Amino acid sequence: MGRSKFRLLGQSWLFWVAVILVFLAAQWVLMPRLTEFRRTAWVMFPSIMAIICLGLNFIYGFNGQFSLGQWGFYAIGAYASAVMTYRLKDQFTYPIEGLVFNTPPLLQRLIPLEQIDLFHFDLGQSGLLLAATLFGALLAAVISLGFGYIVLLRLGSDYFGIATLGFTVIVQTLLINSDRVIPETKGARGMVGIPQLTSFFWAFVFLVLAIVVIRNVLYSSVGRAVVSVREDELAARAMGIDTLKYKTIAFVIGSFFAGLAGALYAHLYAFLSPIYFGFVKSFDPMIIIVFGGLGNLTGTLLATFIWAITLEGMRIWLPQGFEAWRFVVYPIVLLLMMLLRPQGLMGKLELGFLRAPKWPQRATSKAEAPTAEARRETPEPQEAVQ
Amino acid sequence: MSQDTAQGPVVLDVQGLAKNFGGRLTTQGYEGGLWAVRDFDMTVSEGELVGLIGPNGAGKTTVFNMISGLISVTDGVVTFQDQSLVGKRPHAITQAGIGRTFQNIRLFPQLTVLDNVRIALHPHCGYGLLHSVWQGGRFATCEREVTEQAQDLLAIFDLQDRQDEIGSSLPYGEQRRLEIARALAAEPKLLLLDEPAAGMNPQEVHALMDLIQFIREKFDLTIVLIEHQMRVVMGICEWITVMDFGQVIARGTADDVSNDPKVIEAYLGRQGRGVGSS
Repeated sequence: MGRSKFRLLGQSWLFWVAVILVFLAAQWVLMPRLTEFRRTAWVMFPSIMAIICLGLNFIYGFNGQFSLGQWGFYAIGAYASAVMTYRLKDQFTYPIEGLVFNTPPLLQRLIPLEQIDLFHFDLGQSGLLLAATLFGALLAAVISLGFGYIVLLRLGSDYFGIATLGFTVIVQTLLINSDRVIPETKGARGMVGIPQLTSFFWAFVFLVLAIVVIRNVLYSSVGRAVVSVREDELAARAMGIDTLKYKTIAFVIGSFFAGLAGALYAHLYAFLSPIYFGFVKSFDPMIIIVFGGLGNLTGTLLATFIWAITLEGMRIWLPQGFEAWRFVVYPIVLLLMMLLRPQGLMGKLELGFLRAPKWPQRATSKAEAPTAEARRETPEPQEAVQ
Repeated sequence: MSQDTAQGPVVLDVQGLAKNFGGRLTTQGYEGGLWAVRDFDMTVSEGELVGLIGPNGAGKTTVFNMISGLISVTDGVVTFQDQSLVGKRPHAITQAGIGRTFQNIRLFPQLTVLDNVRIALHPHCGYGLLHSVWQGGRFATCEREVTEQAQDLLAIFDLQDRQDEIGSSLPYGEQRRLEIARALAAEPKLLLLDEPAAGMNPQEVHALMDLIQFIREKFDLTIVLIEHQMRVVMGICEWITVMDFGQVIARGTADDVSNDPKVIEAYLGRQGRGVGSS
């Protein structure tokens, strides 16, 4: 395996340095060149969407359970964290000045900013976002544990899809009427006044975390047990895999990330409406993972950004008055995709650290098995007389 | 019968096993439906290699599926090492020590040969979900152990060069061997082999039977083997149980069984041997 000792979440220091460089490049080089709208719609929103899609791919692509319920867990994470930050937003604030540099003129070609802020943020508000995100994600995970266990106990893949679709519809209905219990949500009118706390930093940190965690689980014995359920559930059971347990584990992990993505979404636009959490939109993550390739992490990541920039981006591209045409372009693109490349964008190919770790073959310990020659020398079994 | 001359303690004891498909349960028992297996008895002692033979459709695989818990038992008792298996879930039965293969090979088709074997080692892997997220020292050690164990098993079956290939891309004979390797990875004490020789030519069958003898000694296994071609099991099985239409029609040594008129009839039909011979 690795040469150096340092490992965080199984990744070497080289990986983490690369992550930091990618972040800095995006933050200072890419983001200032985009308009405010595109920063949100093309970079931050797809980063959040990628988190829920990775979770869904873990459930559907790797474990083979067709789930349309992720949108419901996304809504739960969004509303739970939004209510939390709404109530606590004034109590936690602790600004940190950090460091501010004037950008050297030479660097300004690369970094189009007058000043570079380093560690300039509000510690209280960031802590609040972190807590709210974890709260939303854990709530989604706990609910998915209860719901998933009961439903998976009885229902196979397709029926599971219908049950989870039902879950999304139930969550939306509850949210429409939620103002009777939690007045802050304002029910069908939509929730306003959520602090806009999701910065690119947080979207990026949680996306990297989601990628690394899902990759790590996948390439472990737990992940192999999860994938074996997709491959052949009966054989998995006969090999000693508790398939119900691993279906539930996969569902809970996927829902945890859906809740996490929901929490980040709530604090991105600072507005939540139950209409957005309806079942029509719930197909978006499904479309993305099928487009990127079921059971492919690289494909999911690429597909999320492509989806956000092209398909969702058609709202910006298409001339005024033609926005509705995207519902014509959209299915045609998907249809072509299904016909021309049913295995998805990436197929089986994973890139970089998302590839499965290879183990060297061991030539040394060739056990004392009878070789093919030795077997041939053994006497023929007596032919039975019938 | 096998009980009389048993060398070791009884490992598997099946009494009055029955399976009804599609019948309706009434106060008088099952009404209608098909009795795939009825009144099936079988006792296997430690270290034995027992054959279960019978023509196609005799109910052999149904017996295996009931023992390994993949289908429910309509009636009867299955005892493995003094614990009842009836009503237990399949993974619990496997973890208790019964491994099996399938008649129509059921590998994990899109996974590598190595992963196919490592999945069966999962109950013994020694780490959980949080270890796999954190990937610390425990994970690294256990993962290496599991992989080396799997590679050792593959070496026994001459598959060590194939570890990174996709399971379903192997030639047929190697898929059969891989399936046995995978069954052994679950660390069974009793191995149920469902027609391991199906679709093999005579040379391959001989090699396979030698391999079965070899793993039986190496892993201290008790083996029950299903076969519908009688001559395959004659050479290696100490005891043979013959089934037809869901019931046991004969049992004993290879010689006893092959001369049993009922067996001959089941295989060849009533007029099969010509006038006067049956």
